[in-house]
Amino acid sequence: MSDFTGNFWSLYVAALTLLGIVACLVLLWVTARKRIVPSADNTTGHVWDGDLREMNNPMPRWWMWLFVLTIVFSLAYLVAYPGLGAYQGALGWSTRGEYAVEVERANKELGPLYSQFTAKPPEELAGDANAMAVGERLFMNNCAQCHGSDARGSKGFPNLTDADWLHGGSPARITETLTRGRQGQMPPMAAAVGTPDDVKNLANYVLSLSGSPHDSVRGALGKSKFGACAACHGMDGKGNQALGAPNLADDVWLHGWGEQAIINMINKGKTSEMPAQIGKLNEAQLHVLTAYIWGMSNKPPPAKP
Amino acid sequence: MPEAAHGQTESLYEAQKKVYPRSVTGLFARWRVACVILTQLVFYGLPWLEWGQRQAVLFDLGARRFYIFGYVLYPQDFIYLTGLLVVSALTLFLFTAVAGRLWCGFACPQTVYTEIFLWIERKVEGDRTLRMRLDGSPMSLEKLVKKWFKHILWLGLAMWTGFTFVAYFVPVRELGMQFLQTRMSGWEVFWVCFYGLATYGNAGFLREQVCKYMCPYARFQSAMFDRDTLIVSYDGGRGEPRGARSRTADLAALSLGACVDCTLCVQVCPTGIDIRNGLQYECIGCAACIDACDGVMDKMNYPRGLIRFTTQNALAKHWGRLQMWRQVLRPRVLVYGAILLALCVGLLWSLVARMPLKVDVVRDRAALSRIVAGGKLENVYRLQIMNATEQPQHYRIAADGLDGLVLASDAEVVVGPAESRWVAVRLQIPYGSASPGSHPIQFSIGDIAGDAHVSEKSVFLVPR
Repeated sequence: MSDFTGNFWSLYVAALTLLGIVACLVLLWVTARKRIVPSADNTTGHVWDGDLREMNNPMPRWWMWLFVLTIVFSLAYLVAYPGLGAYQGALGWSTRGEYAVEVERANKELGPLYSQFTAKPPEELAGDANAMAVGERLFMNNCAQCHGSDARGSKGFPNLTDADWLHGGSPARITETLTRGRQGQMPPMAAAVGTPDDVKNLANYVLSLSGSPHDSVRGALGKSKFGACAACHGMDGKGNQALGAPNLADDVWLHGWGEQAIINMINKGKTSEMPAQIGKLNEAQLHVLTAYIWGMSNKPPPAKP
Repeated sequence: MPEAAHGQTESLYEAQKKVYPRSVTGLFARWRVACVILTQLVFYGLPWLEWGQRQAVLFDLGARRFYIFGYVLYPQDFIYLTGLLVVSALTLFLFTAVAGRLWCGFACPQTVYTEIFLWIERKVEGDRTLRMRLDGSPMSLEKLVKKWFKHILWLGLAMWTGFTFVAYFVPVRELGMQFLQTRMSGWEVFWVCFYGLATYGNAGFLREQVCKYMCPYARFQSAMFDRDTLIVSYDGGRGEPRGARSRTADLAALSLGACVDCTLCVQVCPTGIDIRNGLQYECIGCAACIDACDGVMDKMNYPRGLIRFTTQNALAKHWGRLQMWRQVLRPRVLVYGAILLALCVGLLWSLVARMPLKVDVVRDRAALSRIVAGGKLENVYRLQIMNATEQPQHYRIAADGLDGLVLASDAEVVVGPAESRWVAVRLQIPYGSASPGSHPIQFSIGDIAGDAHVSEKSVFLVPR
């Protein structure tokens, strides 16, 4: 009822509810007391359309008691449960509380299962078919929205199945990424590089690092400008996982392939985010997820029988 | 129906008079006993049948698998339940158009369980007159013992019925072990008790009240009668004027009809009506009155059939059997019959030809399409592959419909027995080989052995 500033509507709803119940009772009481004189032909005497007559087929008395029973039930219900306007009910039941109870029950039931999982290191867990089935469901519900159902990502969202990692592919680093999230930032570098022509030369040099098709003359000219990039991506362009700076020397292009995509990136930069999962998932779940993600690009040891 | 004397007033609510149906023997009583035995053998017996390593008929609601003998049905097979319900409804129409409320009188669970409970009641308390006397007598040790004994037997049967009902959803042997070790779950206990007590209440106490006040079928079946429907009828032309007479009296010499007014037809009626008042909505067509009257006619050496299954037209126009049956087979009945037959054949055929494999194709919701190494354009799909057999199956996935379309993920996948598995599938075309937009493609999935094969449509998206 926080939608309303006063408690008028609460009282209004409560009054209507009670009035309805009282009206039912009154109706029952009146009809139970009423007595009629039966006709000789056992009809009610009502005639429609000239010849349509209503037979007198009285309700059984036990039916009336059922009705009384429902009224008693409804009153008991309204006392015990929330139903009368803003009244919370004597039992203090709420959907929110029910949800909390169910979550707690589920956690209790899943506790032993997850403690089996957390007892194993991620490398070993990745070979556990049960854990990986759980991991797949966790992934589908929490990760697939960006990284895709097959975890191969798409433009702007990293492929998790290859051996290329922005922030490191060890289980510890994966857990860190999942738990705290990551901020990826590429600042606009056009001013530091120089003229648009310099930028174009630099883009061709970057393409040359991975052996991608490029203009080798421009590439050679652009090499001298790479100093601006080397602070993060390293002199050899192989990136720096501590900073989350991508390896430019492999043929993985997260934000688009080709000269124009690279020029855009140098000119405009990019900020991207991997959101932290710790509030959504608990540590045991993140442990299973780590093993699942690690297992996609590493061959896990054969499961112990 | 209330029989109120004139000048008196009555309430809008009727106090129910208890019906004490007298036991009856005869052709229709035998048929009813046969129906009771047959339906209940199926109901109580089915959960105990085994099929391979499992219960033959089991509705596993938790796993959403429905096992019926050799079939493993998925929720996606709901159409079969729909088909079954349509067939049931049409059967009801057909039988009702031919011979009125046959279902009510012979096969409805309400009638069947009432018959069983009445049988127990009769064994413990005796027949109609003895029961009426017992109920009218003051409380005594004998009465107390009889009543208690009856209710214990009733409750035992009712609980067994509830247990059987739950055994369609929880394997019966497992349920039995749980019961013996008193570790049944709360919901199992609830459903056993709910179904059991509903049986106890409906068959022990409410009986004809269910048919009169609660059952919707009773009402709309009555609306499906016409003048050529076979209904339980009293031949007033032959029977009236009714009256008592000596067995040796010559009927021709008396100014009486064939009805000896013994009221046996009223005493045996499970709904407590007098069939001699004509067709009434309470009549469930059980034909107990026919059996009773035929017995009396035999004793009187009168021809049988004073009360019989006949049509209103036949009765009014004094038709013979042949003429009546010719009218019974009227267009309406033939149309119902033809539709029913076509539906049954269709349903059976679709069951026989059913593929033990189902596939749903869902495009990946994250990425429309992407460019991958090697200058390929890739789309991702999730295939839900449902194995409707009870062995693990190896399936092979293929896709076609676009030039250069190749499957980049594993073509073979193993799905466990009665398992439904989501598989991520990647399709690739060379970049630039198709125009931007949506292109129809087709997945085809089949098992390695070649027993099952399914094709599903989808689209391949090419970005601008």
